[in-house]
Amino acid sequence: MFRKTLEIGTSPHIISGNSTDTIMRNVVYALLPVAAYAVYVFGLAALLLLITALGACLLTEYMLNRWAGNPSPLNDWSVTITGLLYGLTLPPHLPLWMVFLGGVFGVAFGKFIFGGLGYNVFNPALVGRAFIQAAFPVAITTWMTPFTADRFAHIPSSTLTLPFLEPVYDITSGATPLALMKFEHHTTDVYQLVMGMTSGSTGETSALLIVLGGLYLIARRMMDWRIPVALLGAVYILSTFFHFIDPTRYPDGLFMLFSGGLMLGAIFMATDMVASPITHAGAALYGVLIGIMVYVIRVWGGLPEGVMYAILFGNAVSPHIDNFIRPRVYGTGKKRSLS
Amino acid sequence: MGLFNTLPTFQRGIHPGDFKDLTRHLPIERMPFSAELTIPLSQHLGAPSKPRVKVGDTVQRGQLIAEPGGFVSIGQHAPVTGTVTAIEPRPHPTGRMVESIIIATDPFSPQTFYNEHPMDWEALSPRELISLIQHGGFVGLGGAAFPTHVKLSVPEGKHARFLIVNGVECEPYLTSDHRVMLEEYDDLFYGIRILQKILDVRQVYIGVENNKEDAIEVLRNHVPDDMACEVIALETKYPQGAEKMLIEAVLHREVPSGKLPIDVEVVVNNSGTITGIGHMFRFGQPLIERVVTVTGPGIKRPANVRVPIGTPLTELLNFCGGITDDTRQILFGGPMMGAPQARLDVPILKGTSGILCLTENEINVREEYPCIRCLRCVDVCPVGLNPSRLGALAKSRDYEHMLDFHVMDCVECGSCSYICPSNIPLVQRFRVAKGLLREQQARNKAS
Amino acid sequence: MLILTALGALGGLTVVLALLLIIAYKKLQVKEDPRIDIVEEMLPHANCGACGYPGCRPFAEALVREEALPGKCTVSSDEGRQQIAAFLGVDVGASEKQVARLACGGGINVARNRARYQGLQSCEAASLVSGGGKECFWGCLGLGDCVDACDFDAIKLNAFHLPVINEDKCTACGDCVVACPKDLLSLHPVSHRLWINCKNLEAGDEILEECKVACTACGRCAMDAPDQMIVMKENLPVIDYRNYQDTTKPMERCPTGAIVYLHPQKGKITGPKARPVIRTSARTDAPT
Repeated sequence: MFRKTLEIGTSPHIISGNSTDTIMRNVVYALLPVAAYAVYVFGLAALLLLITALGACLLTEYMLNRWAGNPSPLNDWSVTITGLLYGLTLPPHLPLWMVFLGGVFGVAFGKFIFGGLGYNVFNPALVGRAFIQAAFPVAITTWMTPFTADRFAHIPSSTLTLPFLEPVYDITSGATPLALMKFEHHTTDVYQLVMGMTSGSTGETSALLIVLGGLYLIARRMMDWRIPVALLGAVYILSTFFHFIDPTRYPDGLFMLFSGGLMLGAIFMATDMVASPITHAGAALYGVLIGIMVYVIRVWGGLPEGVMYAILFGNAVSPHIDNFIRPRVYGTGKKRSLS
Repeated sequence: MGLFNTLPTFQRGIHPGDFKDLTRHLPIERMPFSAELTIPLSQHLGAPSKPRVKVGDTVQRGQLIAEPGGFVSIGQHAPVTGTVTAIEPRPHPTGRMVESIIIATDPFSPQTFYNEHPMDWEALSPRELISLIQHGGFVGLGGAAFPTHVKLSVPEGKHARFLIVNGVECEPYLTSDHRVMLEEYDDLFYGIRILQKILDVRQVYIGVENNKEDAIEVLRNHVPDDMACEVIALETKYPQGAEKMLIEAVLHREVPSGKLPIDVEVVVNNSGTITGIGHMFRFGQPLIERVVTVTGPGIKRPANVRVPIGTPLTELLNFCGGITDDTRQILFGGPMMGAPQARLDVPILKGTSGILCLTENEINVREEYPCIRCLRCVDVCPVGLNPSRLGALAKSRDYEHMLDFHVMDCVECGSCSYICPSNIPLVQRFRVAKGLLREQQARNKAS
Repeated sequence: MLILTALGALGGLTVVLALLLIIAYKKLQVKEDPRIDIVEEMLPHANCGACGYPGCRPFAEALVREEALPGKCTVSSDEGRQQIAAFLGVDVGASEKQVARLACGGGINVARNRARYQGLQSCEAASLVSGGGKECFWGCLGLGDCVDACDFDAIKLNAFHLPVINEDKCTACGDCVVACPKDLLSLHPVSHRLWINCKNLEAGDEILEECKVACTACGRCAMDAPDQMIVMKENLPVIDYRNYQDTTKPMERCPTGAIVYLHPQKGKITGPKARPVIRTSARTDAPT
């Protein structure tokens, strides 16, 4: 009757269409417009930066996992996301050797030593960036002017600096809107921020494309919308409140929302599923905490940009949030009594 | 009750496709009696039945062939007129070898059922009714096969105010309860009357998912005027048919953790079981056959079949045209909680609600990834557990900690494994953990 | 100046804390029988639980309290046990090395699969799914729960996915016995060398379709065994180890090799009539 044997599997015998690698791949698709626009704005420097970042992360993940005995480490696309995001947070003309080192560090110490995918406490892209911030503080705060005429023909000298040598910058350096705000109290038009016409890290300039990418993921149910909403909401509410108190000292809500890496961080970094809490209520709390930290660091901290540290802080707190905020089990708690 | 949807339901849950179009319009057909029937003495939860016949005896259809082996046990009856050829261990759908009574059908008998003892149920006391149900061999026909009379024996100090008839049939592909409600509602309401007498309930609810609109309408039209019975349409969601979820949806009460429905004054019974009880009190016939949905892409002619208990699976499959060449998995039950079969020479049991034949296309064995804490499982668990955490604890064999996270409340519905994008076999891990924890608790009690 | 103050303060603090620790160590020391430490040194430090105590230190305490005899420690060598007995001035006590034994010979070269199991690769998990998919319901599933359970590296799966127990490393702690869902492992003294390597409760030659080395309940071993050492119960021979005689006679007419002799040097020997294994790979096509 049969050619082949029957199979016996464990129930359930039908499964939904979701798959981890599909989800990760879709996040990569959502990031591609942002990456493409970044190359458009900053030219060859950005292209080389993204390729190096991606390459460093992929290579590290592959080598470390093969050494650990994992046969197919790149199957889930999670490290692709890490590579892209890590590249998008760096200044466009950062020396490539620094980019490479940061990528290796981020994947090795932000992901591999914790146990790989699913076990990392922190977002590996941010760990990499934190390393660069700590090791090369000057280089990471030197920004490139956008839309320079020769950006597709000329690679900045800083990008191709030889390993372990200090970079020498061309005159194409400019300040970010946040730095302008913090150190020179100079505001930038919100329209410019949204459309990506300002200087900044590679991926943070076009808030519009980032939001579109986020909406795509939310529509496909691959992202918890509560985290970005809570995060951005907290930042907006806090900044509007303080702006109302003293408009000259505190920038308004919209400026805060669209400047710097907040959009990219809120939509793509804070929503890293492994590093965020596992209940919806916990995720909302996590978003609010990060939002508060962002505002505090930006306004009262020593740096003009606080998203990275705020998110790392949120990642550290997320396991504790999970311990305290648990779903209510059927048959326990207040609904026990007869109605 | 949701704001935007008007149908009552429970929290969370999943929506797998319902796949019932293969058989929902097919009326129940009767299959011919097989040459040999195998009646396992243990096809229910509780103590095995004790045989009352010996090898060589002739038996009549409907005759008692095994007695209850204890309080939590039931009687078994001959589904055919024939001869007992053996009493020995035979393959069982759970994979074990179970002591069974094998009957060879008399090929010349008309197989009519004679009701020698018509029952006047109105003259009987609830206790006598319960005893008749136990000896009639009734178990929950929804799949769990729990002896019905035990559920109906309300302990001292407790009282049942509500009876919920479970006509939900939330498993995809299965339509046996649906067809029974459509075609045998007379027996169903007769059975409800019996249960009303036993339990003295104030209100009866019949819960039916709204993908069975014709059944809802038929039932609503035929509720007897003097019966306090309401048919409630529920949102189609899995696992709506689980007892706890049904009580939550219909009555907005929760059964406290570790307790039974009777503790919230509710008794829940499958609609097929009650229909069978009604049939017995009308015509005297004990539980010797049941409706089974044979379906799936792997069966050549899907059907809803009235099958005598103990019919070999191969005979039933042949009656439905046989299985296709690319059939890979045959399940007893539905796709979410059904038991796969390694061999086809097993009998149809009282708790078999469906036979599902799946082909290579449906069996997708995907790669297992680590848990990415995407929170989908927490979103769907109807009991409100944290399957991701439980899975991690089970993997590191931290079974005591799992108790803190309420693993014993898990109903093993499979929603978490279904939705997990990393394809982690969560329910399987929980089953293993629960088994080991139960063994440990038994050992602790013994020492 | 500031540095000196800092150094002095920290140094002084260190000295004070160290003094506190010394005082605490002397005053709060728990007075114990000094023999316990010495006996514990003599034990193998395996903490396996084979003696029935939850570790070597509790066992040492029991030895000193004279609640247990050194013979209970099956992991120690004979000299080790003698040494402890001599030190404490007690009897060694009866002991014989026990090992875990597997009652199944059904590797994938001889035993067929009825259905292919997909799911968690654990015997416990597989046996919950319709028994595991092997043709012989009682047979070893070969997924290695016993290997995982063994803390002493004494069990390994061979090329045919059958567990092989290294009698030298086995301490008879019992973890593998608990782990096996088919109850195929049990603890036996090493001297019981005649062994029934099957748990199949069916009878007849059709079983050989399921597994080539299964016991078909022909009963020849029971007939040939001296003094009724072997009795047939439920289609399986049972050796009465209370009147055990070390002989290979019952094996001589066994047609399949279900009854074996575990020779200390030569390993598992089957009788001369046992059919040789003729398949080297498992066939997984099911019969109709």
